[in-house]
Amino acid sequence: MFGALRALDDVSIAVNRGTFHGLIGPNGSGKSTLLKAIAGAHFPTTGTIRFHRKDITNWAPYQRARAGLSLKFQITAVLRELSVYDNVLLALQSHESPWSLVLSRTRRRLDSQIMQALDRFRLADRADELAGKLSHGEQQWLEIAMALAPGPKLLLLDEPTGGMSPEERRMTGELLLPVKAECSLVIVEHDLDFIKNICDHLTVLDQGRVLCDGTVREIEESPEIQRVYTSRV
Amino acid sequence: MGLIVTPFLLRDRLDLVTLMTNVMILSIFAISFDMCWGFSGIMSFGQALFFGVAGYVIALIGRDLDFSAIWGVLPIAMLTGLALAFVLAMFLLLGRRIPSAIFVALGTLTGSYAAERLVSGWQYVGAGNGLSSIKLLQLGSFEFVEGFEFYTLALLNLLVIYLVCRFIVRSQFGLVLAGMRQNEERLAFLGYRVQVFKALIFSFAGMAAGLAGALYSYHQGFIGPGNMGPGLSTAAVIYCLLGGAGTLIGPVIGTAVIELLSYGLSDIDAIRHFWPVVLGLVLLVIVMFQPSGLLGLVVSDRERIGSFGASGRRSTHG
Repeated sequence: MFGALRALDDVSIAVNRGTFHGLIGPNGSGKSTLLKAIAGAHFPTTGTIRFHRKDITNWAPYQRARAGLSLKFQITAVLRELSVYDNVLLALQSHESPWSLVLSRTRRRLDSQIMQALDRFRLADRADELAGKLSHGEQQWLEIAMALAPGPKLLLLDEPTGGMSPEERRMTGELLLPVKAECSLVIVEHDLDFIKNICDHLTVLDQGRVLCDGTVREIEESPEIQRVYTSRV
Repeated sequence: MGLIVTPFLLRDRLDLVTLMTNVMILSIFAISFDMCWGFSGIMSFGQALFFGVAGYVIALIGRDLDFSAIWGVLPIAMLTGLALAFVLAMFLLLGRRIPSAIFVALGTLTGSYAAERLVSGWQYVGAGNGLSSIKLLQLGSFEFVEGFEFYTLALLNLLVIYLVCRFIVRSQFGLVLAGMRQNEERLAFLGYRVQVFKALIFSFAGMAAGLAGALYSYHQGFIGPGNMGPGLSTAAVIYCLLGGAGTLIGPVIGTAVIELLSYGLSDIDAIRHFWPVVLGLVLLVIVMFQPSGLLGLVVSDRERIGSFGASGRRSTHG
């Protein structure tokens, strides 16, 4: 077992090592809140969050990030005034001591890693441009590249395909599938086809409660889910 | 270069050499504020606190211990600024949550105001009159008197501070600062302990302000309550905003423009009394219409922020 979580209104989910776990549900069902509670943006009032057998409920976001939890925000939060390259450098050097950063000890060594990360998300030839100049879809990819660069154990993606064209969505799916070999993933997404294609396990939330939890096939065949999804989305 | 040849051109105008010395000392002070605000997004409205306290400390060491050797007093002044800023940072910046800019601005302002009030009523440190006839700064038997000697000393100090700051802001640490002033929360989620970075840069800036304060009080031969209050703290903000926050040369330009104009224009009888009002209006216009300061007229945002990657990957795009 990878971790277990209780948040919102008696929500309890467990994410297993090496799986892609999808969180779906109508607007306002608490998907993003749950994700933010895992990452540390919200502190839950009750319940616990466990990660690798450690209770991280009261850990600050930077501690969770260092332990291997990586979050991609719903609203793109790339640092717009920095170059695409520097955004990834910033993500990669976060574990270093301030003194080593002042001396720029790893600047050269990280170069190939940065270019690899950018290459993977098809941003290598835009490395020197300002992140703010990228298209919306490209900014989402840059965010994913940043979240993935430090080699997290669990990647949290909040609507990675939000605002993307169908073609961009398809490509995002392709780019994400190989990640399975590296880390587990929790993903919040509206696009059901997208999530069914890449996830192994789904949790359906509705009004802050777990409505249903199981493999993609189990969820697809559940009549209750069909009803909620066809009537409310 | 200009600063190096200036004293030779001004051989006969000791008053102008003194003025330029003053500009350079205040530039160190303005740079210290810029490291906080322009580079790190920390609104330090009390930068004069570190300047003034260090100035008082070296004045007292001269008076009570009869000591003013440069190898001892300048490090003491820097340590004073550093320690004081670090203590303030523990209260203002090192909380569990990331503090708001307003909280930090009010906290630093209060510190500066309280210190000014405290020394104005404290007889041991000269109360409202401050401390004058400060023992001259010494190197062996050589004394740094006002004029070329002090000019050279101030220039060297400004250069060292400038180069050290430049090294910091262009390093990978500088990249963290650049990210921090754009989106602190994002940096926390990348694994940075933002508060620690803030406390470090705030303490460093306190150290630079302390150095400036010591040089100032040796140069003027005087330090008073006004040198640690909100008035001088605000001057640092204005020097920096006028010249261009987030650049290191901007605060130097801002300081020079304001100090030279003040000096020149206050000599002309007709506008002597209106000059501060004119200065105020000019600053208001600049802050409203040219927020990146005078330097923003010639340097783009892209160049100002720069890039931080390996040297082979410097920006080629405008």
